[in-house]
Amino acid sequence: MTATVLTITSGKGGVGKTTAVANIGVALASTGQKVVCVDSDIGLRNLDVVMGLENRIVYDLVDVVEGRCRLRQAMIHDKRVPELYLIPAAQTRDKSAVSPSDMVRLCNELRPECDWVLIDSPAGIERGFYNAIAGADKIIVMTNPEISAVRDADRVIGIVEAEEKGSPVLIINRLNSAMVKRGDMISVDDVLDLLAIKLLGIVPEDENVIVASNKGTPLALDGKTKAGQAFQNIARRLMGEEVPFLDLESQGLWQRLLGRK
Amino acid sequence: MSFIDRMIGRKKSAGSAKERLQLVLIHDRTDLTPAELEALKDDLIEAISRHVDIDSAAVRISVAQDGRSQRLVADIPLRSASRRRSR
Repeated sequence: MTATVLTITSGKGGVGKTTAVANIGVALASTGQKVVCVDSDIGLRNLDVVMGLENRIVYDLVDVVEGRCRLRQAMIHDKRVPELYLIPAAQTRDKSAVSPSDMVRLCNELRPECDWVLIDSPAGIERGFYNAIAGADKIIVMTNPEISAVRDADRVIGIVEAEEKGSPVLIINRLNSAMVKRGDMISVDDVLDLLAIKLLGIVPEDENVIVASNKGTPLALDGKTKAGQAFQNIARRLMGEEVPFLDLESQGLWQRLLGRK
Repeated sequence: MSFIDRMIGRKKSAGSAKERLQLVLIHDRTDLTPAELEALKDDLIEAISRHVDIDSAAVRISVAQDGRSQRLVADIPLRSASRRRSR
C-alpha cells in the first residue's frame, strides 16, 4: 500500500473541515479502503468528538512525534467500518510541539500502512497550517459560499501554490440552494470564477450535520442524508470515479431546465 | 429577496458579494491598492507622453483576472498624427 496524503484546510475557521475529514474518512473506509485520519489541530482537538472516539484516546500525535509510543499505539480503530483509524491531536500542548519535518516523517511512516491519510488542518495560516500541509500529496481547500470564507480560501490557495504543493481542489460546504435561487448566496459558479481552481465537491447545508456530530456518528455512515451523500460522492471522486455534480447541489433543476440562471 | 425588493429593483446581495470579492481578491493577490494603481497610471502617462501624443484623460489601467494569475491591462488611446498637424 502507498497512501495518498490529503490535507483539508480553509484559512477561515468553522467552515466544516473537521466534519469533512470525518465524513470523507468514513466514506472511503466504507468502500474497503484503509484510512488514517490525523487531527493536527494541537491544543484544540475536535476530530475525536466528531468521530465519536473521544473516550478511547490513550496516546496522541505529540506522543508519536516525541517517541513516547509507537505509531500503531496512537491509531484508534473506529470499529463501525473495517479499516478506519484516528490519530488524535494533543489537547494540552500547542502547535510548536510539532514541526513540519515531524509531519513529513509521520506521513512517510503512514504511507506504507494504508490507502489514505486525511489530515485535518487547524484554521489560520500560522505554524499549525504549515505543519498540516508539510507532508501532503494533495491539498483540499474548503470554503462556504460566503464572502469572508471565500476571501480566506483565496489566500490559502495562494500560499499552497507558493509552497509548490500543486493546485489545490475545492469543496464548497453549506450551500443553501434556496438562497442561491433567490440571489442571496454566491453560487457555485461564482465561487469557481473567483477562486479558479478545480471543484471536488459541493455539500448542501444540512441540519443533520449537527445531529450527527451531537451523536458522534458521521453522516456518511449511511448515505440517506443530502450532506452524507455529498461526502460519499467526494470519496468516489477521490478514488478516480466520474461522479456528476448533482443539479440539486448547484442550482434548481427547474431553473436549469428552463435555461434560467 | 422579497417581491417588493424585486419590484423596486433592489440589488441582490449575492451580486454585490461577488463584485466586492472580485475587487478585494485583486488587492489581496497583487498587493496593489487603488491609490498605487492611480500613481502607476500617472507615471505611465508621463513616460509614454515623452514619445507619443496620447489622450491622457482617456487612459484606463486595470487588473484583469486570468485564472489564478493577474494581468495589468493598460488601454492608452493615441492621438492621430493628422489631428496633431491640424492643431
